Parts: sequence; C-alpha cells; structure tokens
Amino acid sequence: MHQTFDAALGINLLHANQQGAEHNRAHFDRWGIICLNIMSSPGAGKTVLLERTLAALSEELKIVVIEGDMTTELDADRLRQYGVPVIAINTGRSCHLDSKMVAGGIHQFEHLHNPSDFNLVLVENVGNLVCPAEFEVGEHYKVALLSVTEGEDKPLKYPLMFQEADCLLITKMDLAPYLEIDISRIEANIRQMNPHATIISVSAKTGEGLEIWLNWVRSVTREHVPELQAATSD
Amino acid sequence: MHETDMTKALIVTVKDWWESQPERFKISSVHLIVGKFTCVEPVSLQFTFEVQTRNTFLDGAKLIIQETPLIAFCHRCQQEYQPEIGIQYACPECKSPMDDIRSGRELKIDRIEYCAETTTTQTYAPNI
Repeated sequence: MHQTFDAALGINLLHANQQGAEHNRAHFDRWGIICLNIMSSPGAGKTVLLERTLAALSEELKIVVIEGDMTTELDADRLRQYGVPVIAINTGRSCHLDSKMVAGGIHQFEHLHNPSDFNLVLVENVGNLVCPAEFEVGEHYKVALLSVTEGEDKPLKYPLMFQEADCLLITKMDLAPYLEIDISRIEANIRQMNPHATIISVSAKTGEGLEIWLNWVRSVTREHVPELQAATSD
Repeated sequence: MHETDMTKALIVTVKDWWESQPERFKISSVHLIVGKFTCVEPVSLQFTFEVQTRNTFLDGAKLIIQETPLIAFCHRCQQEYQPEIGIQYACPECKSPMDDIRSGRELKIDRIEYCAETTTTQTYAPNI
C-alpha cells in the first residue's frame, strides 16, 4: 500500500528568467547604462525606428544595440551602418528574447568594448506581441510599437504587451489617411489597461512625432545615468 | 511556442526539489496555478509537459492546471470587477482604467503530489 503526500512549492514558473533579468539589470546599473526593451509584432517598424534613433542620437549618447532576430542578421547589418556596436542574437526558433540570451549578448559586448563608456542599450526583441511581454531581459523600460495598419483592437486582443509598456509608439502615421482608422480609439483602448504609459504617434517616413520620441529617450536616459545629469546641469 | 520554455523551467524546478528529497518518490501530479491574464495557454502547456516528461523521472505524472480569473480593483468605486479579456478592461461602472490587478497574473508551481512508496524496483524496460 502506498500513501499520497503533498509538498507545497509556491515557485514562480519564470523564476529563473526573472533572476537572470535582475542579474543583467545589475550589470547595466553598475556600468551606468539604461536598457530599453523594444517590442512589437513583426513589421510594425522596430528596426526603422532604431535607424532613426541611431541617426539622431548616436553622437549625443553612447549607444549599443542588442538585436534579436530569429534566423538572420539582416536587421543587425542595417543598424551597423550607423557606426554603433550591434550585438546580434539569433534566437533560433524561439519567439522571444529571454534573459539568458541577452546575458550572452552582454558577454560578447563586454569582450569587445568597455561597457562603462556606454549609456544606452537598445534591445530589439523578436517580432511578437505575445511572448516577449512575459519574459523580462533586464530592461529598465519597455517600449511597445503598434502600427496603424494593425488595427484599433490590438491593445484589447494582446493586452499584456500594452499593459506592461512604459512607452507606446503608434507607428506608420503617414499611412493613417489611407485607412479607416481612428487614432483616438487606439489610444482609448490602450488607456483601458495602461493609464500611465507615454503614448506617441510617429512616422519614420515623414518624421512626425520623432522628436517627441527622441526627447523621451533623452529624458529617461538622463534620469538614469548620473554622469549625464552632471553634464546637462552645466 | 514559449510553453516549451515554460515546461523546461517547470521540469528543472521540480527536479531540483525531487533531488533534494531524502528518497526518490514517485511524483503522481504537479499542480500549477495559471492566471488568465498571462501569455500561457494551458492546453499547450499540457501537451509540452506530456512530451517532455516521457522517459524521465516525471513520466506518467499528471499536470493539473488551476486557472485563476482576471480580477481588477477599481480604486474609484472601491470594488473588484472582472474585466472581459479581449473586450473591456476599464471599470464597467466608472470606466477608470484597469490599474490594479488582484488576480490573473499567476504562473506558479503550487504543489506536488507524490507516493511514499519509493520506486526502487525497475518499472521500465532497461534501455540497453
């Protein structure tokens, strides 16, 4: 005869990933670096946003990009033209970056550069509105993109991504006149689950809203990086 | 298919616990609590668990998933409400945004059931 017993565990399923993320964040903090995790569905415009961001800020801030791509280095190659280090992580068949993959990227970066010389890490996550929201990589802020062509209802259908984001960019605004889309409804849908995020409408093509986005990046970076605070108060 | 990663994490955690025990118990079931406001699909988790535990110490163990509803608290109305996922998240009374989630974000290994009778006898054909 056997008897059945119970053992209470109460352990989070994502415990290991969470610990890894905290470890990565501690590294960034020690080096005086702020990390932004940039997420969206495939084709919402993450890479072109990074291109515009690097073009505008790479003189002003010392930037490194960690690029998650499922199988290719196409995006990484595009971004290397801006003269910043781009660490490519091929995620294989995984649909998101996790903290261990990013730790591998940090390790490569550490080998090739002096991390203390940098202020900003831009992590381009794998295009996916579901999984990346659940896996922290060590970021200080989450940035989510939603292009106008994806429709007004996406925040309602993929709520976790929009609920977790600190900054939300509504992209491809230049296409809005050709679509039957109400931008204020997208905003209202986002606000249902996220009253705090900064929402910015942008177009990488016309430049609309980009200065507001760049100012957001500048302000969170300055807030986070002590040496830049000293520099701006001069 | 991030359920594969979640299942790996689950198996590693259960294995750590199992190996820390004085005896190699036979685990009969693993109980999870999975909130409705997570990116985890219980059916996929069930499937990957079955596949990944084959011929391991968890072979034959059941995965029992308890889902918890999404419950938010409206500070303006001072009451809880259940947002309708995919449709409406704001408070149905005053339309305040969903800002304080009280349930639905859980992703937890709650408990493990095991038999005290140890598996000292070979139950599978040796893999020679």
